[in-house]
Amino acid sequence: MHRALVRPLAPGNRMQSRWTDGRPMADVVAEFIKPNDRLTAFDRLEIYNRMYWFRLIDSFYEDNPGLRAALGDRKFNQLAIAYLTKHPSRSFTLRNLCGQLETFIRREPRWTAPHTALALDIARFEWAQTVTFDEAMRPVLTAADFGRTDPSRLRLGLQPHVTLLALQHPVDTYVIAVKKRDSLRSEASNATTSARHAARTRKVARPRRERLWLAVHRVENRMYYKRLEAPAFKILVALRDGQPLVRAVAAAGRGVTPAQVQDWFALWMQLGWICRRK
Amino acid sequence: MPANAFNGRTDYGIGLGLRVPHYSHILEKKPVVGWFEIISENFMCDGGRPLEVLDRILEQYRVVQHGVSMYFGSADKPDREHLKRLKALVKRTNTPWLSDHLCWGSVDGTYTHDLLPMPYTLAAAKRTAAKIRRVRDFLEVPICVENVSSYAEFHVSEMTEWEFLSEVVERADCGILLDVNNIYVSSRNHGFNPYDYLNGVPHHRVGQMHIAGHTKFEKYLLDTHDHPVLDPVWKLYAEATRLCGVTATLLEWDDRIPSFDEVHDEALKANEFIADAKTARKKSPSPRSRAA
Ligand SMILES: [Fe+2]
Repeated sequence: MHRALVRPLAPGNRMQSRWTDGRPMADVVAEFIKPNDRLTAFDRLEIYNRMYWFRLIDSFYEDNPGLRAALGDRKFNQLAIAYLTKHPSRSFTLRNLCGQLETFIRREPRWTAPHTALALDIARFEWAQTVTFDEAMRPVLTAADFGRTDPSRLRLGLQPHVTLLALQHPVDTYVIAVKKRDSLRSEASNATTSARHAARTRKVARPRRERLWLAVHRVENRMYYKRLEAPAFKILVALRDGQPLVRAVAAAGRGVTPAQVQDWFALWMQLGWICRRK
Repeated sequence: MPANAFNGRTDYGIGLGLRVPHYSHILEKKPVVGWFEIISENFMCDGGRPLEVLDRILEQYRVVQHGVSMYFGSADKPDREHLKRLKALVKRTNTPWLSDHLCWGSVDGTYTHDLLPMPYTLAAAKRTAAKIRRVRDFLEVPICVENVSSYAEFHVSEMTEWEFLSEVVERADCGILLDVNNIYVSSRNHGFNPYDYLNGVPHHRVGQMHIAGHTKFEKYLLDTHDHPVLDPVWKLYAEATRLCGVTATLLEWDDRIPSFDEVHDEALKANEFIADAKTARKKSPSPRSRAA
C-alpha cells in the first residue's frame, strides 16, 4: 500500500491508472482494499494518494516562497514533484522536508535551468530560515571565558541557529520583496477587482548577480539577516569549523586591522553568536 | 472515565489545542482554559520561539501531549533518538498522560505524515500492543491510543475496528483517547453503527476524548477539523460520556482556525452534553445499546 500511496499523481490529480508492472491499478488495489456501496477500492486508495501529495506539496510551497517566485508556478511545481519523489520525508517532522533540496538542485539542474545558480542561493537561504527558527541557543561566551585560555588553543563555537551563506545573488532583499508582495496579495483578495488584479500580476524582478556574505540568525527568537564583509565571514566560517581563535583570525587574510577584528568580535558577542564549543 | 490510571488520575475537564494563530491572544489575555493539548512534534526542537511559547504557557496552564508520528501500527521499531527527544519534552511539560494514534504511517524510516488505517488482525494487534508497551516503558508516562478516521478497509481484516482497538488496549494495558468525531466519520464511510462502536470498547480505559468538525463530500466524509462540531457528533459524545463518565475532552480545530474565543465557545458547548449525559446516567446507570 505504501508504494502505491507515494506514487506521483496523474494529470487532474488522479491516481495513476496502471501499476508499475503495467497491470490496471484498479485490479491491483482491489486485491487488498475493500470497495463499499459508493466507492471502488481504487477510489478509496486515491483519497490517500491525493492527501499524501497535497500535504507534502503544501509544506514544500510554504517553505519556499522565494524559490516559487523565481521559477514561476509551473516550473516550481515540477521541481516539487521531482524532489519529493526522490526525497520523501525521512523525518518525524515536515520541518525537515527540504533539507536535501540544495543537493538535489545541484545534482539535477534541469529542474531549475536556466536559473539554477539563483535557485541554489534561494533554496539555501530559505532552508537557513527553517534552521534558524528553532535551532538551539547555547550559553553565550563571556569576556571572562576569553581570559582563561591561551588564544592559540581557544576554540570558540558559533551558535547552531546562525547559518553562514556565501551567495551569488542578493536573495535577502529578493525574498523579502516576494513575501511583501504575497501578503499584499492576500490582503487584496478582499479588495476590489482592479486592486486584486494589480496585486496578482505584480512581478518581483529576479535579482542580478552580486556577491554577498550573509548570516541568518536569531535575536530574542526573532529572525534577522545580516550582511557581512568577506573577511569577517571567513573568520566566522573558520570558527564554526573548529579552528582555534588565532588561526580563525588569520583566515581573514591580509589587509584586516586588529581594530576591525575587535569591532567584529564585539558585535558578534553582543548578538550572542559566539558560544563555547560542545 | 473521570480520573483513571490512563490519564494519570487527573480530572482535566474541557481543553483546547494550542495553535499558532492563538499564541499572542493566550499570552496577552491569559484566558481561563482547563488545559491545552500540544502536538508533541511541534516542540521536539532544540530552541527558538516554539519552546519559548511553550515555557510561558506552562507557567500558566496544564498541558497534555498529543503525538502524530509514533505510528504504533508501523512495523518500524521506535526510533531511539525520537524517543529521547519525546522523553525530554515529557519532562518539560510534565504531561500526566500522552496520546498518539492507532495507525501506521512510516515504512523503513520514510514518513507519510498521514494516519493510515490498519488491517484489523490479531497478529497486528499483538505487534502494536508490544510497541505501545515498549514506548510506555521508555517514556514512563501513561499512554492513550486514539482511533483514527479512515477511508479504506482491508480484505485481510478479521474483526471490527472496535474489536481491534479493544484487543490492542487490553494487550498493551493502556488507555484510549476516544475520538468521537473519528468514530462518526468512519461509521459513515464504512457503514457501521457508531453506537455499536461506543458499546464495544472498554469504557474504563477511556482516558480522554476528542471532538471535532468534519466535511461532507458526495461519497464520503473527510476528517478536516475546520468546522464546528456537527450535531450527530455531539449526540455521540453525550452517549460516550454517559457510558464512560465525564472525561477530559478536547476540541480539535486545526484548519481555517477562527478566533480564540470562537474555538473556546465551541469547546465549552460540550458542557451542555455533559449535563445531558449526567442526567441520563442517573436515570440509566448501566450501559445500554442505542440505534444511530
Ligand atoms: Fe483526534
